[in-house]
Amino acid sequence: MFTPPANWNKLSARERREARFASWMSTEGKPMATPQAKETYIRHTQRVKDIMDLKKPDRVPLLPFMGGFFALYSGITPRDVMYDYDKYTQAWLKYNRDFRPDYLVFSGAFNPGKVFDLLDYKVYRWPGHGIPETQPFQCVEAEYMHADEYDALIADPEAFYLRQYMPRAFGALSGWAMFPPLYASMEFPMLPALMIPVGLPPMLQAFQAFVDAGKAALEYAGASGRADGQIMAELGLPALPGGFTKAPFDIIGDTLRGTRAIMLDMYRQPKKLLAALERIVPIAVQMAVQTATGGDNPFVFIPLHKGADGFMSNTDFKKFYWPTLKATLIGLIDAGLVPYLFVEGGYNQRLDTIVDSEIPTASSYWSFDKTDMQAVKRKLGGWAAFGGNVPNSMLHAGTPEQVTACVKELIDTVAVDGGYGMAAGAVVDEAKPENLRAMFETCKTYGVYH
Amino acid sequence: MNVLVEAITDMREEDAVRTAKEMLDKGTSPLEVLDNCREAMTIIGQRFEAGDCFVPELILAGEVLRQISEVVKPKLTQTVTQKKLGRVVIGTVEGDIHDIGKDIVTFMLDVNGFDVHDLGVDVPAAKFVEEVKAFQPQVVGLSGFLTLAYDPMKNTVQALKDAGLRDKVKIMIGGGQIDDQIRQYTGADAYGKDAMAAVALAKQWVGG
Repeated sequence: MFTPPANWNKLSARERREARFASWMSTEGKPMATPQAKETYIRHTQRVKDIMDLKKPDRVPLLPFMGGFFALYSGITPRDVMYDYDKYTQAWLKYNRDFRPDYLVFSGAFNPGKVFDLLDYKVYRWPGHGIPETQPFQCVEAEYMHADEYDALIADPEAFYLRQYMPRAFGALSGWAMFPPLYASMEFPMLPALMIPVGLPPMLQAFQAFVDAGKAALEYAGASGRADGQIMAELGLPALPGGFTKAPFDIIGDTLRGTRAIMLDMYRQPKKLLAALERIVPIAVQMAVQTATGGDNPFVFIPLHKGADGFMSNTDFKKFYWPTLKATLIGLIDAGLVPYLFVEGGYNQRLDTIVDSEIPTASSYWSFDKTDMQAVKRKLGGWAAFGGNVPNSMLHAGTPEQVTACVKELIDTVAVDGGYGMAAGAVVDEAKPENLRAMFETCKTYGVYH
Repeated sequence: MNVLVEAITDMREEDAVRTAKEMLDKGTSPLEVLDNCREAMTIIGQRFEAGDCFVPELILAGEVLRQISEVVKPKLTQTVTQKKLGRVVIGTVEGDIHDIGKDIVTFMLDVNGFDVHDLGVDVPAAKFVEEVKAFQPQVVGLSGFLTLAYDPMKNTVQALKDAGLRDKVKIMIGGGQIDDQIRQYTGADAYGKDAMAAVALAKQWVGG
């Protein structure tokens, strides 16, 4: 947990950022078992700080995002990861010990299956629940928010999530559709109006599921904290990133309206969509600040989905996608946070738009998937740190020699001036261990700056 | 340009549907209305290929077409038998439930004159084999959004080979993490980066 100093409101965005970095980079109160672990922690945090500051660190940092690879490597399934925390812990320790990544990068494959089961979560399928045990979780797109509900969302997003979204997204919370207005709590004679519906069976069942899921989530958090604490103590790996948020367009497009519906909304009700996107900005910022502050970490992971090349025209990108993403980024930067954008797909058509003069220099990081890295260097160089681009296809179907050549080329061409992080384009689920090892080893040896 | 074609290609949904209704009311033959729709879709397809229109436009055009066919169908006195360029079996491979990319490819193949048999998502290799036997397509399209589609794609190609069907079909693959390395890995004939690439491949293979 990051505790902002008393004069927080008087600090500039840059000073806030430095305060968050200082807290994250400090080894005080962190469980370092050996002097080596402590030294590693200091060196690795400085390395990533350097690239964010657009400097040359000691070497190119390794910043791949881990999915289910660590499980498959250790001989367990992604299903095991979600349901057997002991197996998860062993597999997670094994991967981190064997591969020695630079950072303790949270694995997207590690989620509490029990919590999802208790809530009867409808929006996703996960290993062994609607998809094979070896597959990563996948979204079931649907109109969890209806076409005529924009006004309700805009009027009160939290109330909308409580009474409309959650009862649809979670089978066990369907009773919350009758959640009484909390304003009834303002007066003595009105209180029964609030409490009576709470006693009805659908509400009781929903609350029971909610309480049980909360307890299960705490077990998960404990398991996660113990495993990560052990790795940090033993290997000195700093955790990264800390916070999470999404682009407002993806918040509405992914799990509220779905791709198909939001794209029809762009034509059928553009004004309402734009108003809703703006309404979501402070929520996107708040979610990031809350999660990153809780994790005592300056970085906020932001996976970008529906603004990629091919999804919409540049004109629509500038109208529907970018303005509220930009506002979110500026909100984060103002709070002293570093947006860590995970740019899935291609962004070749968007580079000129994202390099926006209103976003301060050296304040964001962009990890690319299939974007032309020469163009990225040309356009983002000197403005923001960037990384990525090792093809996941190569990690799975290629050879160690191919991977080594690819990593060397990225180091020689785009990492040469610093400000670059080595990473696969997408989350690493499927990869040959020898290929991932080749990526890591080449980065560690060839990536040293002289 | 005809008023209906213009309304559809300008993405004026309500105008397009109203115009189609008015045309039918004034006695225009349902076949002519459908011809106009086809013409509009050809133009949208060309714009998509040229990078002038994108997913929202395809989805909206699909919606317009659906609404127009609803008003046209009851007025059709004969069944329309359009000569098809060829047959395609398509689906998202086993374990992957993503459908948006596949649906767009299906839609574009359909409006480009292919008879498309869409098997949906999470389609096991055995199902592809069964459907290829029954439907006898010239082209098979395998879709997959995630990296974990790599092996199911490879297995599907292998299953078609094992069933003795590999030489009878051309196989194309596509999706977010698909590239030429994965084409080689799976043993497919080609990969396409978008829906128009899929149409071009299918046309090339059926000699259209």
